[in-house]
Amino acid sequence: MLQVPILKQGGYLIASIQSVLSDADLLQLRDNLAARVGEFRSRGVIIDVTVLDVIDSFATRMLRAIAHMLKLRGAETVIVGIQPDVAFAMVQLGLTLEGVGTALDLEEGLAYLNSRTKQTPGHGK
Amino acid sequence: MENETLTDIHSAADIVTARQRGRALALELGFSGGDVTLIAAAISEVARNIVDHAKQGRIVMRRINEKGDPGIQIIATDEGPGIPDVAQAMQYGYSTRKGLGVGLPGAKWLMDEFDIVSRVGRGTTVIMKKWLS
Repeated sequence: MLQVPILKQGGYLIASIQSVLSDADLLQLRDNLAARVGEFRSRGVIIDVTVLDVIDSFATRMLRAIAHMLKLRGAETVIVGIQPDVAFAMVQLGLTLEGVGTALDLEEGLAYLNSRTKQTPGHGK
Repeated sequence: MENETLTDIHSAADIVTARQRGRALALELGFSGGDVTLIAAAISEVARNIVDHAKQGRIVMRRINEKGDPGIQIIATDEGPGIPDVAQAMQYGYSTRKGLGVGLPGAKWLMDEFDIVSRVGRGTTVIMKKWLS
């Protein structure tokens, strides 16, 4: 079963995390996104982490790895929906998502990708 | 309400279980949402430390009350290889293997009290506490 559904939206992919993630789920998300970016020739990827109650050191490392890997595949990644408490805990832990795009929510994430990929919304539908 | 829970840690999936139990207990004890998240993150890091370095161990979480101060205590124990140089391991960014080297020092920052005892060849015990007020 696919733990994290990946939706195609125009030239972008949207991965909406639905529940707490195990390490294995994150690894699977990484592999699925790498494959889908090639399959759909996507230029941008949004990972929605709104429901995550904790983003620990492993999750941070994986999100960073996913973004950097997708960049090598030619796609921009933006992480959206990090909750205030989660952000605070990440700061306390000294965790950063340096080099990875972040945005408040899905809408801001789409705007971020549009500005980064110079792509008109809906392109590639 | 349960006063104590024990979670066996054998694999990465158990990290999620420990975190969720810790979150539930912290909520029951009356911790704020922000503190609950900090506690859950700290549990995540010590549980991951067990999986990464000792393969298996256990985490006991319980309510405590010291001199009228209620709080939560989390004890993470393993019989793994132990840490030769605890001071070094507690330095931020120091990592022997995979990882960012932020796990244990990070957990210390998230909690009010943090003690670690490790013996090479015997294992490691981390005891951490957070007070309600």
